[in-house]
Amino acid sequence: MATTPAPQSARLGRLERPALTGVLVREVVNYSSYWKSSTFSSTVEPTIYLLAFGFGFGSLVSRIGGYDYVDFVGTGTVATAVLFSSAFPAMFGTFVKYQFQRTYDAILVAPVDTEELVTAEALWIATRAGVYGCVPMLVAMAFGLDSSWGMLAVPIIAWVAGFGWACFGISVAGFAKSFENFNYIVSAVLTPLFLLAGSFFPLDRFPEWARVLANFNPLHHCVVLVRHAVFGWAGWEDPARMGALIVFGLILWRIAIHAMTRKLVD
Amino acid sequence: MERELAIRLRGVVKRYGPITAVNGLDLDVPVGTCVGLLGPNGAGKSTTMRLLTAQSIADEGELEVLGFRLPEESKMARAQCGVTPQLDNLDTTLTVEQNLLVFAHLYRIARSDRRAAIERALEMAKLVDRRDSRVDKLSGGMRRRLLIVTALVHRPRLVLLDEPTVGLDPQVRQELWALIDALRSEGTTILMSTHYIEEAQRLADTVLIMSHGEAVAAGPPSKLVLEHAGREVIEVYGAPARLAEVEAEAGASGLRTRRTGTSVSILGVDGRNGFAIDGERRAANLEDVFVLLTGEEIA
Repeated sequence: MATTPAPQSARLGRLERPALTGVLVREVVNYSSYWKSSTFSSTVEPTIYLLAFGFGFGSLVSRIGGYDYVDFVGTGTVATAVLFSSAFPAMFGTFVKYQFQRTYDAILVAPVDTEELVTAEALWIATRAGVYGCVPMLVAMAFGLDSSWGMLAVPIIAWVAGFGWACFGISVAGFAKSFENFNYIVSAVLTPLFLLAGSFFPLDRFPEWARVLANFNPLHHCVVLVRHAVFGWAGWEDPARMGALIVFGLILWRIAIHAMTRKLVD
Repeated sequence: MERELAIRLRGVVKRYGPITAVNGLDLDVPVGTCVGLLGPNGAGKSTTMRLLTAQSIADEGELEVLGFRLPEESKMARAQCGVTPQLDNLDTTLTVEQNLLVFAHLYRIARSDRRAAIERALEMAKLVDRRDSRVDKLSGGMRRRLLIVTALVHRPRLVLLDEPTVGLDPQVRQELWALIDALRSEGTTILMSTHYIEEAQRLADTVLIMSHGEAVAAGPPSKLVLEHAGREVIEVYGAPARLAEVEAEAGASGLRTRRTGTSVSILGVDGRNGFAIDGERRAANLEDVFVLLTGEEIA
């Protein structure tokens, strides 16, 4: 006795647009219910950093690395804003949706695979990071940062970096056994990377090894790329840094899919 | 000629470490019928449901859903299935209508049909007036109705309901039965897991009783009752010592018994009216079969 013959409909492949759209629609509709709070925190946070560092430190050092200190911090904290609006929401959001809201169970019974689910979630977070990442720069403009054409590249840089950090956050949530595990990642990984990115002080006074190590810090590439976009490109170095961000994103993307598949499919 | 099958499982095994959750399960769900998966907690019902959506991957056995082989072709099967999970996973800060919109997208309903699909779902759930209410403002029953219809927006050929009425009060449960019955009368194939006997008896054309990951009996409820518990049952109440005596007496006469906490039920007494004992005579039911076969009390 056979089951009903499978209809000869088009076979469904991997990474299909309707599946990605479905997950993105869910995020966008949800965003409509919380955009105010998330926009508020994404705007207020970098403003506080800028005020604290810009005017605190800025009163001691008016110029740094050839830049006005407020301009230096205003461009540097773009990477901070990207990190805060991608890695953190990805970590906590993924864990909550998996563990408490069981949203992913609801999505995976529809014709959506884990690969598509993770990809769509990362695309969405990257897009938010692309937008919110620009906020510190806009705030710095209000404090006197001169506009330039290169600034138009900043959302793109923020998007690419945001995609990688979103995948990083999803991976962490995928491997974490409990919420408390995040503490290790925040203290041992994110905080050092955040401080060694060159957002608040230039890295050229650091010992050689630290500067070499910084090249493995995606946040550092993001900081430098944003400064170059705003103040002037620096030749081959910039595409190389962009390449590093893309590689970072692609590797973490596959890791995130692996981690979540392990978690969601048993 | 036998009917086509919407679900066909053969020898399915699923292990989690040392625990075998599903142990060589065969399951047939003919198209257009409602099959109830009945079993105590931990019998493997939810694992079976997860296997059918490829959220769990079987260690052994063959699985086919709507003609698609699992897990390889699961996505195509899922496109034509609707699944109601045991635990509520609606987006609680969204409105009723927004939740349905999300599922209309997830189930790939064409733009031109989306509006109508959402309206139809609202009507089925009797939530037309509450379309703009946030989910966290709905009553438990409304919420569960919404949860069920989110799985129906795309008019699935097969619906999987995992414990659709668990934890609800009796009145709400009956509302949901009406909803499921309406679906059944439209010809939708349904596989429903439950540990409520009454639910299975009312809604299912055939019942598969599971225990410890295995199917211990399968068939239409009335046939199962007749086969395992006979037509009539004598229910004897008394002190524990007395109940043990009754069990021994019945056992000596070759009759099967089951405990119900406060009483002993002696099964299949119809053919043996000569078995004399004081007690209440009543018709045998599916609960007798369930307890007899699974050895478990019911909640």
